[in-house]
This record gives sequence, structure tokens and C-alpha cells, in this order.
Amino acid sequence: MPAIQSPATEEIHPDVALVARAKEGDTAAFEQLVRQYERQIFRVAQHITQNREDAEDITQDAFLKAYEKLDQFQGNSKFSTWLVRIAVNESLMRLRKRKTSKTVSMDEDVQTEDGSIPRDFAEWRPNPEQLYGQNELGDILRKTIQGLPPGFRTVFTLRDVENLSTEETAEALGLSVPAVKSRLLRARLQLRERLSRYFKQKNGGPKP
Amino acid sequence: MTCTDFLSQLTDYFDGKVDPKLLAEVQAHICECHHCEVVLDTTRQTIAIYRENEIYEFPTELRERLHTAIMAKCRTPH
Repeated sequence: MPAIQSPATEEIHPDVALVARAKEGDTAAFEQLVRQYERQIFRVAQHITQNREDAEDITQDAFLKAYEKLDQFQGNSKFSTWLVRIAVNESLMRLRKRKTSKTVSMDEDVQTEDGSIPRDFAEWRPNPEQLYGQNELGDILRKTIQGLPPGFRTVFTLRDVENLSTEETAEALGLSVPAVKSRLLRARLQLRERLSRYFKQKNGGPKP
Repeated sequence: MTCTDFLSQLTDYFDGKVDPKLLAEVQAHICECHHCEVVLDTTRQTIAIYRENEIYEFPTELRERLHTAIMAKCRTPH
């Protein structure tokens, strides 16, 4: 039996129609996009700024900016990637404002190898979820990601927390794919190293 | 393959994108080097734990407040 040929055309993302309607002034269509992405945008902003009030402001500003600039969205990328890019830029701007003496950009922290070379080789047994309660685990995860340089934190958030592809992450951050991969490796290794302090097997393993 | 070579392949390994010519070497290194085996396993757990745990709350009340504010501004003529 011959294989069923699938149509050559790519499946059109449902956002495309919503964006088209929103461009024509349909606020209900834009509202649907807000509903779809407000949680993600808030989470991205909170991860990058590590500040809840900033994240609230950024979420509002990002959607408003997206609404105002909707005509500039060409549809070459996904609407969500475009939106994330706006939120990332707003978040980095906030960080810069808060840390007046220090620059914050995606280019900083690149030189440092600090913490990117694995030193802790203990296994994590039992699993972190078995070792800590939900609240305590949340505290550890927040404290640990907070200690990461903003540039690394941002790449890790988009790629690993939000599950964007490497290419989408590069697009959202205005970085090359190799630059994303290099930062991602360092971010993951630094987080791993820091988490190891809490999760590593103590004294040769759990008591029988 | 050295441990440094292994680390340089780690991202591609997670993505299943290691050059097929290198893959056997990467897998052999994991079998031979306990340190890299641990780094692989604990890095995998690092990614999973952040992906699976929503570490910042986004309560309904906050969501509704932000949503209302955003839409009110969008509906205001500029």
C-alpha cells in the first residue's frame, strides 16, 4: 500500500491568524495572545530581574510595546519569540537601571570561567525531590539561579526553563547560535556545581 | 577523548546532535570516566528540576490584575 503523502505546506501556527486580526485593530484577538503568553512573559522577566515588582511592570510594558509595534512584526519568527525578545530587552534595561555602576548586557560574563569547570563529582542520591520538601526545594532553586550572572541566567531561562530551541533563544537574544551554546553550557555547569552543595550524596550515601 | 572534549560535546549530546562520527567516542568516555558520567547525570537533573518546578508563583489575582491593566492600556487610544 502506498504511503499517504502529507501536504508539503507547513502547518500554520494559530498565532498567525490572531496576530493578523490584532493588526486590524481586533483587541479581542490581542487579548487572546495576552492570555496565552502572560504567564511566560512574567516568568521570563522574574527570572532575569529576580524582582517581582519589576516583573509586573515588564509584563505590562512588553505587551503594550508589542501592541504598539505589531505592524513591525513581520512574521519571520514566531510571535512568542518576538514577544520574549521584547520582554528580555525590557528586563535587561531594568537591571541596568538598578545597577547603575555595572553594565548588564548579554556580552558580559563571557570571559569568566569561574564555576564552569566541574569540581564536584558526587552523585545526587537520593533524588533532590526526595531529599527536600517542595518549599525548601523552591528556596534552593531560587537562591541558586539568583547567583548566576544575568547573561547566563537569561540563556538558561529561555532554553531550559521556557524550552525555546537554541535557534529561537539566539533570535530572542540577538546572539549567534554558538554564543548561545557556549553560555548555555556554562550556565548549566555553574548551576549544577552550586546545586551539588545541597543535593550531593553525603558521607558515602544514605543510611540503610 | 579527554574530559574537556567531552564537556564541549555536552550541549549537543543533550540535544541528540553529536556528530555521528564522534558519538561512539562520547559514549565510550561516559563508560570509562566516572566523573563525566556524574557531570552528565547531575547536569541532566539540573535542567529537569528547573523545568519541572515552577519556582515563581503567578497567582490568579496577580494575573487578572496585570491582564486588566494591559488590556485597559491597549484599548486607550494613543
